[in-house]
Amino acid sequence: MSDLLDAVALPGREEPAGSSRPGRSPAPFLRYLASKVAAALVSFAVTLVIGFVLFSLMPANPVQSLTRGRPTSAAQMEHLRHQLGLDQPVWHRFLSFVGDTLQGRLGDSWQFQQPVASLIGERLWPTLLLTGTATLLSVVLGLWLGVHSGWRHGSRFDRLTSGISLTLWSVPTFWLAMILLVVLSTGLGPIPSLFPAGGMSDAYSPSGFGHVLDVAHHLVLPCLTMVLVVFAQYVTVMRSSVIDELGNPYLLTARAKGLMDSQVRNRHAAPNALLPSVTVIFLQLGTVVGGAITVETVYSWPGLGFLTYQALQVPDLPLLQGTFIVFSASVILMNLLADVVYRFLDPRVRAQ
Amino acid sequence: MTAPGTRADGTRADGTRADGAPADGLRADGAPGPAPAYRPPRAAALRRFARAYLARRAGAAGLGILVLAALLALTAPLYIGDGQLDVTRVDGPLLAPPSGAYPLGTDHAGRSVLLLTVWGARSSLAVGCVATVLTVLLGSAVGLVAGHYGGRLGRALMHVTDWFIALPSLPLAISLAAVIGQGPVSITIAIAVTSWSATARLVRAQTIAVGARPFVERARALGAGEAQVMFRHILPNVTPIILVSATLTVASAILSEATLTFLGLGDPTDVTWGSMLSAALSQGAVTYGAWWYLMAPGTAILLVVLGFTLTGRTVEHLLNPRTGGAS
Repeated sequence: MSDLLDAVALPGREEPAGSSRPGRSPAPFLRYLASKVAAALVSFAVTLVIGFVLFSLMPANPVQSLTRGRPTSAAQMEHLRHQLGLDQPVWHRFLSFVGDTLQGRLGDSWQFQQPVASLIGERLWPTLLLTGTATLLSVVLGLWLGVHSGWRHGSRFDRLTSGISLTLWSVPTFWLAMILLVVLSTGLGPIPSLFPAGGMSDAYSPSGFGHVLDVAHHLVLPCLTMVLVVFAQYVTVMRSSVIDELGNPYLLTARAKGLMDSQVRNRHAAPNALLPSVTVIFLQLGTVVGGAITVETVYSWPGLGFLTYQALQVPDLPLLQGTFIVFSASVILMNLLADVVYRFLDPRVRAQ
Repeated sequence: MTAPGTRADGTRADGTRADGAPADGLRADGAPGPAPAYRPPRAAALRRFARAYLARRAGAAGLGILVLAALLALTAPLYIGDGQLDVTRVDGPLLAPPSGAYPLGTDHAGRSVLLLTVWGARSSLAVGCVATVLTVLLGSAVGLVAGHYGGRLGRALMHVTDWFIALPSLPLAISLAAVIGQGPVSITIAIAVTSWSATARLVRAQTIAVGARPFVERARALGAGEAQVMFRHILPNVTPIILVSATLTVASAILSEATLTFLGLGDPTDVTWGSMLSAALSQGAVTYGAWWYLMAPGTAILLVVLGFTLTGRTVEHLLNPRTGGAS
């Protein structure tokens, strides 16, 4: 991460590195890719260790919490312990846990009485739909605002944008979600109820295109909430990297050529300033999936976040473990993508 | 202090004392001879810093919010009793909009939302601050050791830090708190475990930067041991950045506390901002359109977080030699 930023801090070296592009061979890139993939695999292994320690070693007595509130005999407890594999040595349990996880066997949910993997599979798509749409919109909005406020930093537009994004960044996501819910779904004063309060579709949802519209109608509020909370991050990064570009001689050259201010901004400053933002976008993508937990909870959006919330109420440890592993894996995957995409985008990193 | 002991002692002591303004202090001290005029600048620098801080509107506003919130939280037991918070003993109207008797309305059990919000500040601020202290202690220790000793130990520590940075913090905090059990203690631990890594990175970078400065080399040349160099020469120079990051950490810790209690990980009998909002959602205040029940705790979180952020940013701005002229 820091070496990426160092590379960005030297925009003056753009031309010589760019000229070496035709002569690049695939070997260094493959080596680079292999090292990044290896690092990601190590991270995933660490995640598995943490998941195992958290959910298998730390709970003092899982059998007791499993049978809470029901009369159970000692023999039944012993049978359960055996069934859960708790009577085996720790390393044995760890190895079978890793084996099971890699084969997608995440155990059975205590609450839903069905395999965790199938629950997660079923809830994955709603989350991807929500976070994908929200990310797309907030990236566009954030980068546009960031370029414009950075280009005229100190102006009234800049101060307004920075103030609003700082405020929205400080707002707890779930609170914003609830405010939007009261105002736009329940309806407040003169405002009628515009959007549904929760879920992903109506019970008697029409099929075909009508269903798509229905889902989109349900998507508006959760998506709006996530955009409002997330876009501030992109504004900040884009703004500061545009400001970093401002003093560079190539902008002076562009102006000297007689380009209009907006052309200098859009064709020269913005593409260079985009590089650090790309990293942040990908790093953020992984966390956005986790950030969906509160939004999905408020709007009962049937995704992974709401599933986590439902698991928490019990607490349903196998289900929590499953969502924890999925969330962590998504972050690791996005970090890997960030490294690879960065390498493609920035000739200076590629030339190394 | 003015009486010159052994020569090595004198210079070393000055080296540590010069931390308020290390660069000039060093040059002034490098020349042989007594440096009797060295005590006052520190107090003067502090006063100058305070003045520069208060001159910045954002910083003054942030500090004002924090002082007010802390006062309200600390004095709350003087005017709020059990009778006003106990669901079974209150007699207000249910979910009533703001009125003369209840300036911010009432909740689903007939309690005053104003009093609940003031009471909620206690738990939110306490958890936020304790979690920050833990975070900063853990992060600084790891960062300092990793940055100062480097080598295999430093690399191993930084690998661990990177893993924690890469882990998604909210799911990890949720899992931790769920496994340890409900309550403020487990929330505090969960926040500290998930947020120390950023501090560690920052402190490590600063430790390396300070370690390369000439006065550290001088201290070593004069025979200071590694531990002494680390605690007496490097740590004081890393402290300002630790304090800034601590202020910003409190802001995120309070947000995390609210989020975790909102998700139901807090003590169910405690009144916190997060649990108020959780009750508002589950007890139907949202579908009823009781906006007042949402406004108070949410605004409180927003203001306190904003207060810490503004304070931290202002101090950061003033301490940065490129942007601030105070120190």
